[in-house]
Amino acid sequence: MPQVTYIEHNGTEHRIELEPGRSVMQGALDNGIPGIDADCGGECACATCHVYVDEAWLAKCGTAGEQEASMLSFAATAEPNSRLSCQITMSPELDGLVVRMPEAQH
Amino acid sequence: MSQEEAGIVIAGAGHAGGSAAAFLRQYGWKAPITLIGEEALLPYQRPPLSKAWLKREATADNLALRPGRFYTQQAIATRLGTRVTAIDRAARRLALDDGTTVPYDRLVLATGASPRRLGLPGEALRGVLALRSASDADALAAILAPGRRLAIIGGGYIGLEVAASARALGASAVVIEREARVLARVAGQALSAFLEARHRAEGVELLLEAAVEAIEGEAGAASAVLLRDGRRIPCDAVLVGIGAVPNDALAVACGLEAGGGITVDLAARTSDPLIHAIGDCTRRPLPLYGREARLESVPNAIEQAKQAAADICGRAAPIPEVPWFWSDQYDLRLQIAGLAFDPAEAVVRGDPEGGSFAVFHLAADHRVLAVEAVNAPADFMAGRILVSKQRQVAPNLLRDAAMPLKDLAI
Repeated sequence: MPQVTYIEHNGTEHRIELEPGRSVMQGALDNGIPGIDADCGGECACATCHVYVDEAWLAKCGTAGEQEASMLSFAATAEPNSRLSCQITMSPELDGLVVRMPEAQH
Repeated sequence: MSQEEAGIVIAGAGHAGGSAAAFLRQYGWKAPITLIGEEALLPYQRPPLSKAWLKREATADNLALRPGRFYTQQAIATRLGTRVTAIDRAARRLALDDGTTVPYDRLVLATGASPRRLGLPGEALRGVLALRSASDADALAAILAPGRRLAIIGGGYIGLEVAASARALGASAVVIEREARVLARVAGQALSAFLEARHRAEGVELLLEAAVEAIEGEAGAASAVLLRDGRRIPCDAVLVGIGAVPNDALAVACGLEAGGGITVDLAARTSDPLIHAIGDCTRRPLPLYGREARLESVPNAIEQAKQAAADICGRAAPIPEVPWFWSDQYDLRLQIAGLAFDPAEAVVRGDPEGGSFAVFHLAADHRVLAVEAVNAPADFMAGRILVSKQRQVAPNLLRDAAMPLKDLAI
């Protein structure tokens, strides 16, 4: 099973296994990892599952869609490697993915 | 069982209760957590019930908030298919409908809300449905097919979302609304008018200012809605979507302060220091607006779950959030931030004809109270920030679509 590492703002790391087809947001919820709120449950409606994708994985995660990009452009802590984790779907190619969480989602 | 071992009991296993259990563990609560739910299902998301679930585009796994193993791994005990029947505050004990009792050290009430009933003749007929639970949605899905006609009483979010789903499934839908416009209680004029036009264009029949007299039946099943003006609307089933009432009876019966929902503060505390209440069953302060209200939304359930868990675990209170809501109808994504209490002016930004626009509701001093965005995620995000900062913005700046809102918001 492919693995994902989530790094909290305070540096705490969580490595989990995530079934292909499940979103990186859902992986955090499934495993009780703090730092991802996911108010809308993965509908790309709220921008509360914001993560920074490790540079090495950025290209493999694809690009943000129009809706996602315009929501992210208003996140106060957005960086060029920002994504909404509900829009990143796990696949075998993403085995080893590393994402970091911002200090807060709201 | 000694009180040291009782831990936290959460009464209600919806989005609020399930989130509270998760936040308590995240925030370091080590003692037992017991989640008691009336439905047989682990906490699941209700918003898809009127949309993806109805259209059979979602599976039970998609609907579940978290998989079953989460509760085992996090040592969250669940008692599903079980209802709390009474709270004994002096003994710190709950009575359950299976005749047993459960002790608690701390109690979190997350009992949700129930569909408001019509109180009219014919309501008990077969085929008169409400939409709150997954089993309600399954009953509704079973009748939505080409050639069937659904009468929807109430032009609120539930009614409009189900109307859109019914059309997608080839069924016909007629929405019967008592007020002069849809979403009269929760949206501004411009959004109501836009949605009415779109639903009509999709073939939904909208009857406004239409008061229901009774539901008629044949052989025990609903067959028509009779209006007070004498019109008779034939149908194969009826969905009643006229709002929800808070499930606060347990709290009232044990003497907790309540009135239109269980009264809580910004830490989700009730009038009993050992009892918190969260989600749809509460009436909560709205610090941005200087008043109290009941908010029926997932974001509110999560925010209050966080408030309660932080308070119980002795963590700093979370920063108050701007209330927000969303709805999907056809290819329209509605995102609403803030609450338009006593608005003085509504400013439209963008082009409703083109299907992408936002309505900003301003107070008399031009403070941004709320934004309603249709296929305009950037305007929603900007509006949410403007509301949280209580920013005053000149209407002409908002109206000017060439003026980037980012400069105003950040």
